[in-house]
Amino acid sequence: MRLALVGVSHRQAPVELRERVAVDAAGAAELAEGLADGCEAVVLSTCNRTELYLASDQSADHHLDGRASAALLELAGADGVALAPVLYRLGDDSAALHLFRVAAGLDSLVPGEGEILGQVRDAFEIGSTGPLLDRLFRQALHAGRRARVETAIGESPASVPAAAAALAQQVFGDLEGHAVLVVGAGKMSELTARNLRSRGASIAAVANRTVAHGEELAARVDSRAASLDEIPALLATADVVVTSTSAPGFVIDTAAATAALRSRRGRPILFVDLAVPRDVDPGLATIDGCFVYDIDDLEAVVEASLAGRRVEAVRAEQIVAVEAERFREWQASLSVVPAIASLHAHAEEIRTGELAKAEGRLGRLPESERKLVESVTSQIVAKILHLPTVRMKEAAAGADGVIYADVVRHLFGLEEEQS
Amino acid sequence: MAELLVWPALIAYGEAALAYAGALGGGGSGSSARLGIWGVRIGWLAQTALLIAQMLDSDGFPWGTWAGALNLFVWLVVGAYLIWGCTPRYRLLGLAVMPLAAALLVAAWAGGGTGVTTETAGWLLALHVGLMLAGLAGLTLSAGLAGLYLWQERRLKQRDTGVLRLRLPPLDSLDRLSARTAFVSLCVLTAGIVVGLVSFNRGDFDVPMAVTLAIWVLYATGLILRRETGLRGRRFAVLLVVGLALVAIVLPLTHFAS
Repeated sequence: MRLALVGVSHRQAPVELRERVAVDAAGAAELAEGLADGCEAVVLSTCNRTELYLASDQSADHHLDGRASAALLELAGADGVALAPVLYRLGDDSAALHLFRVAAGLDSLVPGEGEILGQVRDAFEIGSTGPLLDRLFRQALHAGRRARVETAIGESPASVPAAAAALAQQVFGDLEGHAVLVVGAGKMSELTARNLRSRGASIAAVANRTVAHGEELAARVDSRAASLDEIPALLATADVVVTSTSAPGFVIDTAAATAALRSRRGRPILFVDLAVPRDVDPGLATIDGCFVYDIDDLEAVVEASLAGRRVEAVRAEQIVAVEAERFREWQASLSVVPAIASLHAHAEEIRTGELAKAEGRLGRLPESERKLVESVTSQIVAKILHLPTVRMKEAAAGADGVIYADVVRHLFGLEEEQS
Repeated sequence: MAELLVWPALIAYGEAALAYAGALGGGGSGSSARLGIWGVRIGWLAQTALLIAQMLDSDGFPWGTWAGALNLFVWLVVGAYLIWGCTPRYRLLGLAVMPLAAALLVAAWAGGGTGVTTETAGWLLALHVGLMLAGLAGLTLSAGLAGLYLWQERRLKQRDTGVLRLRLPPLDSLDRLSARTAFVSLCVLTAGIVVGLVSFNRGDFDVPMAVTLAIWVLYATGLILRRETGLRGRRFAVLLVVGLALVAIVLPLTHFAS
């Protein structure tokens, strides 16, 4: 069997080219179906890559690359000329290893990012798969899951909003039932608020200098708008405060906040200050139970997290290599499967033939003893063939599988039978 | 013969302490942490076997001496830690608990607390000592949690960039859990004190009783203040740690010095 991969990714192609060949789920399914004429096909299309995986049971089928390349160039249309030099083409073991790395998030812009595993699963489910691609994608998904479970590659946040939400969880644990106050209606505030909401927090209010702007964001995050004057009162109930205004001075200063914080009776509060210049007086950090993170602190946390991911990526690479080797062994074993099947069929034929010859004598035996003879002869055949079968599979995992298969065919006259 | 069981327990506790230290370097997860957990489990089972053997071989209550009490105390502390301390988030609590457990077990062994005693004692004394030690074990654990709280709080205050790489339990959870543990421990301690007062009241109010009651008042005051005035977070954690330090210094001196 032959496996081919042709693709384009963020590593070689700018977004202007990638977007030309990007397809949605329906498009990917249609394209896969179109390509799967006499072979298997899966189309993986994400914002970072579009890859076509083709497999054929004809080991000499060298047209898979060409078909996949032509399909991508056709998708690119007029930009095909620019696309051609940045296409990558991989075959068999290299293609499998590449997919395993993709599924584990090792080929992503941010190592270990979580979405890619689901995207690979989706591509697999809508693809036109057969024995090879089915096995390949299942094992790739397994490799991706192992990389995430057995290493910490996907645990640390890779963006400022995710880091802010993860910090909130470090203070409060489960964010269910915790209130968030958003100060400023900027893009970063919204992203952070959404991230906190996705982890169970509720947005108590969006405070903004222009209340009308605040109302727009409030509507999007299922909250209410408030004026900046309401902040001291809101501090008494909010557990996380996200700020990103363009105010020149502190929007929340120590003097104004101290009284409000006193009424919290020791409950901790986390300030996430995304603004430059800063909105939150850093002096607040000296108050017991007050934690203040500005944009530099958050970026430093993200950088440390990414460094951690890169360390974990080395361990994930080892897992991926093991899984790729298993796939290679399975694929190699396919070369001896027909010979093994013929051998077993041949032996079974001999067994049943000999039993038929002895039917005259065996016919006089009671039913239970006839069954015993059947069972014993089957066991003898199975035991005799066990070791040759294992040895052939072992040889197939190396480079000698085809030779062993030929020898077995020759020794047992399987070729003559087939012909 | 029973005393031989102290060695597997000690080795396993020591291994757990080392493994947890290794896990700290590895981000609190991975094979080191798993080795630590198995060390705790095996050590605790070995110590359980030791205690059973002591109980079967002795004529009466075998943990009446300071060393014997220490032996039982270590078993209770590790047992309490085993209930939830081995969950992934609380693994690093083992960093505080297991070295202490190993060191105290060595002290108990050196003081003859892992051997067989011929002292006789009634079941009320056994109940009193058992309850008191269980209460103190709980307070030790709550102090361990408070220590973990102070460490986590310090990292968050100082905006440690590695705060999301080596993840400790959430601050709020540590605060609540340490308070709950202290509350339950205080209830057990109260029961132990009541049993002691009812059973052994010889009409005089001695120093060990005064110290025990002072410790009880300290923790009870802390818990009441927490409920009534919002004494929580750093200040409550400090109170638990200081409270345990006082217990560790004063209680053995007053109860076993003679």
